[in-house]
Amino acid sequence: MSDIQTWALIFVAGSFALYIVIAWRSRVRETKGFFVAEQNIPAVANGAAVAADWMSAASFISMAGLIAFLGSDGSIYLMGWTGGYVLLALLLAPYLRKWGKFTVPEFVGDRFSETVRSVSAVVAIIVSFTYVVGQMAGGGIVFSRFLQVEQAWGVAIAAAVIFAYAVFGGMKGITWTQVAQYTVLIVAYLIPAWAVAQTMTGFPVPQITFGEILAELNRIGAEFGLPVYTEAFTARPQIDVFLVTMSLMIGTAGLPHVIIRFYTTKTVRGARYSALWALIFIGLLYTTAPAVGAFTKLNLLSGVQGAAVDALPSWVQNWMATGLVTVGDGVETIGSVSNNPDSGADLIINNDILVLASPEIAGLPAPIVGLVAAGGLAAAMSTAAGLLLVISSSASHDLYFRYVDHHASEARRLLVSRIAMGLAVLVAIYFGINPPAFVAQVVAFAFGLAASTFFPILLLGIFWKRANAVGAVSGMLAGLAFTATYMIYTLPVFGTEANDHILGISPEGIGTIGAVVNLVVTVTVSLLTRPPAHEVQEMVENIRYPAERRAEVTSA
Amino acid sequence: MADTHESPSGGAPPPDAGTPGPDGPGNGWRTEYWKKNLRLMVVLLVVWFAVSFGAGILFVEQLNQVVIAGFPLGFWFAQQGSIYTFIVLILVYALRMDRLDDEYGVSERNDDGSRA
Repeated sequence: MSDIQTWALIFVAGSFALYIVIAWRSRVRETKGFFVAEQNIPAVANGAAVAADWMSAASFISMAGLIAFLGSDGSIYLMGWTGGYVLLALLLAPYLRKWGKFTVPEFVGDRFSETVRSVSAVVAIIVSFTYVVGQMAGGGIVFSRFLQVEQAWGVAIAAAVIFAYAVFGGMKGITWTQVAQYTVLIVAYLIPAWAVAQTMTGFPVPQITFGEILAELNRIGAEFGLPVYTEAFTARPQIDVFLVTMSLMIGTAGLPHVIIRFYTTKTVRGARYSALWALIFIGLLYTTAPAVGAFTKLNLLSGVQGAAVDALPSWVQNWMATGLVTVGDGVETIGSVSNNPDSGADLIINNDILVLASPEIAGLPAPIVGLVAAGGLAAAMSTAAGLLLVISSSASHDLYFRYVDHHASEARRLLVSRIAMGLAVLVAIYFGINPPAFVAQVVAFAFGLAASTFFPILLLGIFWKRANAVGAVSGMLAGLAFTATYMIYTLPVFGTEANDHILGISPEGIGTIGAVVNLVVTVTVSLLTRPPAHEVQEMVENIRYPAERRAEVTSA
Repeated sequence: MADTHESPSGGAPPPDAGTPGPDGPGNGWRTEYWKKNLRLMVVLLVVWFAVSFGAGILFVEQLNQVVIAGFPLGFWFAQQGSIYTFIVLILVYALRMDRLDDEYGVSERNDDGSRA
């Protein structure tokens, strides 16, 4: 067993043991604990949990690599996946917390109608499933590279640990485990980044120092025939960059697994501060990622430039074993690098390995490489657990108890929720081992659907008393149909023919237009039909104020 | 932290559907509170749009003409500056809302008047 494998095993086993201990200590006996962690989570802890919940295998493993190859246009992910928190904090979180229920479909059910609730529950389940599959596959990559465990076993081991804490602890177990997972993943991300910045620029703050190497990166990139790194719109047209960024932002604000985290705080004020802490914790990784992307790309290009194939650095050999790095047939010296397998470049590198390989590329010691493995798994598992909770709560709380078993006792509800969670884990294992071919494209679906279905009706439900049930149903279905149609039109996902993008708009960006369609339809139909009942309008009025007005005003 | 009773914000909105609407007598403060909340929200969202979509996308090429510490300015906004600004925006929102809630007596308090 190599040094790297030993250290990876130590860190992975150690972190898994920690998660299990936390799970045991936070097991629950009531549905309120299972679904919303007894609404007793302090804002800082909830912020860390949101951050771990939110930052998936994609953020940790793939994002810096994507940015390295996209250059300036990588900002769609950086801005898109952080800007949504401003919308969440200002427009949704405090009001949904004041409403104070268990799930997102439950809010729209009270605010609009049972039909809207059922549609939302089904959409929430679809969105979460598409997402969870990617997490499982990401975990498998880490296992197969660092522990030489077969991908199938890797997925099964990770799922068994998630099963333990999600089924027994529900939201409470998931929350406290996520706090631990955030700590593991951020340490694993920052230490190599600091070390790389220190080695390359002599100052360990990558956010500040990666400016120094941009000119060098532009120069060496030109020698490889790559587009200028700092120039905007080399990867996508301007209109598409705009729409994708917006779609990711409102998709973030509409994702059920993120929103329900704000139900777990004690107060409305706690929900606002949770959003603040969440973005601080997320920002720590998101401002580091572009630096990691730039440093690693420069290291990589200068390491292989003009190198003979039999004299490549050792990380290339290590990663070739996983099939994620390949050298073209008959190539003798490296003159071109790409992340696109069809480009015919001399060296083809998968986006997903840049972060995992960055400590090796920079020649950092084995323990740090092992730590990165534990971090990647923490990112994948924390997100998977949050998604599984949404699937379980939507299936049991919003569908099963409504339609099948309305008089279930508290004990029975808890049992059914646990069974739903267990089944969800099994399905996730199956798809993690046999990922459908369209996994990568499916993430675009998740965001597009959340953006074009949930965000507009939540927004109108909170800020516009006149919005009614007929309007919301029509708006959601219109947004959903429009977005899905364009995605099927442009992506070869379901065996359909892929057509050209209209006006340069990619399927990732269409969610923005879908959201506008939803908004317009909801408003128009609401105005043409009867206003909601007086009690409903009273409830909307009530969520505006965090607490009952007190007779005398207390100063802070 | 020691409060064990149900926080006033927990569960469904209190069953006081009989209270007069926002324009009812003695409820003028409601409109005022809500207007101030909306004004704060709009100002913050304008900044949100300006730093991300404005500086990072619509005017990124013009701003890239300026280079500071190696960073073309538009590139810096798109990959760093916008994220820092987002954090500051939420901080300002949370602090201003604390003040607004206190001013109108709707902040969440325990029985002894401490913050819930």
